[in-house]
Amino acid sequence: MNRTLLTGVILSALVVLLVLVAELLGIRVFERIATNLCLSLILVIGLQVFMGNSGILSFAHIGFMGVGAYVSALLTIPAQMKGMALPDLYEVMQGVQLSPYLAIPIAGVAAAAVAAAAAWPLMRLSDAAAVITSFALLVVLHTILTNWSEVTNGPRTLFGLPKATDLLLAAGVAIAAIVVALAFKESRTGRLLRTSRDDETASAAMGVDIPQLRWRAFVLAAFIAGIGGALWGHFITSFSPNAFYLHQTFVVLGMLVIGGANTVTGAVVGTFVVTGAFEGLRSLEAGLNEAKIFSEQVVGLTEVVLALAMIAVLILRPGGMFPAREIGVTLARAFNRKGAPS
Amino acid sequence: MTFALQFVIDVLSLGGAYALMALGLVIVYGILRLVNFAYGELIMVAGYTLFLVGGSGLPWLVMAAVAVLMAVLTGIATDYVAFRPVRAKSVTAVLITSFAFSTLLQNAALLFISPRPRNVPMPELFSQTVEIAGVTTPLRNVVTIVAAVVLLAVFAVLMRRTVLGIAMRAAASNFTMARMLGVPANLIISSAFAISGLLAGVVGILWIGRIGSVVPGIGLEPLLVAFIATVIGGMRSLSGAVLGGFLLAFIDTTLNYTLSQDLLKFRDAFTFGLVILILLWRPEGLLKGPATGQRT
Repeated sequence: MNRTLLTGVILSALVVLLVLVAELLGIRVFERIATNLCLSLILVIGLQVFMGNSGILSFAHIGFMGVGAYVSALLTIPAQMKGMALPDLYEVMQGVQLSPYLAIPIAGVAAAAVAAAAAWPLMRLSDAAAVITSFALLVVLHTILTNWSEVTNGPRTLFGLPKATDLLLAAGVAIAAIVVALAFKESRTGRLLRTSRDDETASAAMGVDIPQLRWRAFVLAAFIAGIGGALWGHFITSFSPNAFYLHQTFVVLGMLVIGGANTVTGAVVGTFVVTGAFEGLRSLEAGLNEAKIFSEQVVGLTEVVLALAMIAVLILRPGGMFPAREIGVTLARAFNRKGAPS
Repeated sequence: MTFALQFVIDVLSLGGAYALMALGLVIVYGILRLVNFAYGELIMVAGYTLFLVGGSGLPWLVMAAVAVLMAVLTGIATDYVAFRPVRAKSVTAVLITSFAFSTLLQNAALLFISPRPRNVPMPELFSQTVEIAGVTTPLRNVVTIVAAVVLLAVFAVLMRRTVLGIAMRAAASNFTMARMLGVPANLIISSAFAISGLLAGVVGILWIGRIGSVVPGIGLEPLLVAFIATVIGGMRSLSGAVLGGFLLAFIDTTLNYTLSQDLLKFRDAFTFGLVILILLWRPEGLLKGPATGQRT
């Protein structure tokens, strides 16, 4: 069996299993957690498409999630609610009201378009300069989202998005993202891009147009992030620009790094592991707050633990849990070794 | 005339603080070629230390010294926790560990102190105003200018005249060669982090003096400022960082005076857009650093 196909099947099966368990248990909280997990999965896989193949850390990813969420919000908030939710909206857009299922792909395209324009000149940079510019891009996007009151309601909470995302939709898109990420990784662009990750000089010497390839990966990543952001928006139904800033960046990055940025398997497993740990710690936090052991509210415990885990993983196992090989490859090798006597 | 003087004082006091912030970031970057995302948290640590020793009744200068000392120790801790164990592995790994360390410190402050602002004891001096040639200005602006001039002078002497400074500059220009000639690598890197912490501690006190209170997220703005200033001035040049700090203060002050209220909200977007443009035009910044060698 084709190893990439095997990887895709196993990872999709993991998501399907999650859906089945959530549906069969029938507990509302669990279904919410599972939906959140699928949404995180989409974002983490989006980041993996760029970071895993190009080897460059990108901070801007969550900015594109924000673009997606706001574009979809703008297109779907019911016309009669717009007066309240976005009092200063331009007149042309006041009557616009699309179905969320149409708006979500448009949001992905919008995020990809922003990324395509902004990233075109940036992809020449490597290492620290690339990271700082992507950080700068995140700050620029955040500043715009926070201050363009006409379409984002400024730093205040934007509300009134129709609820359209359920577990099945989120899981379906997550599986699609897994397939796209695997297909991109094995495509000609993906393979060439990975040569530049491993050795930039050698790869350029062989005639690889590195900025062009990085740009493609970046735009695809932004597209996935935009869709993820739009889905998240239609799940949570009200949010403010601060949802798309450093904290969210940290969580998504943590999931990817702990799982292993170089493989799609790592992205998926990291999301499952970190979400599980997060939910456990959050209920611990809530329990501590309820028991009133401390005079003040306990906040930040989950982040402290995630930060420690990230540092520990990078020190002990720099590549994460799945540093180089996809699960399908590992299994196929183990199977072949057992099957063939030689 | 008074307007010009007012403008100059604003630029110099803001620029002094910016230059110190940028210098603290660039001294680590120059040697290790690695960005320290936890740099802003050194300022936070200085602020919270000042808050914690606030009730002790010690003279203010002693409290300030303790706060700076804590920033220095945290700087060295950053090296041990986030940089040393992964230094040899990959650039991305170190960027992520320093980002994680920054989040760790911030959330530790959230967890153990409070998410709400905490008042920091400040001497009378910081709330008084002074009149210079017909211009009334807060005394803390003058204090900032004086502190910046003194620290920059001390720093210049340190880098040019002392063995430590020369070894650090050697390491910044060619790390491998410096090691071969007997410069102890770990000591040099730890010293760079200590100096970075010292600068952050001093600038942190001056910075918090403007606001009077400290919150867990206070480090973000100084970090962004230091980023922009170093990128404008030159990522690998110490004088470039100082130049970048003053230039950024000049741009910010000018925008403050000229932009309308509507556009002023987007100031950060403008300045960060500028950073992107400068990096494209001159990836090394305005001033080039010493010739580059291989890291570690």
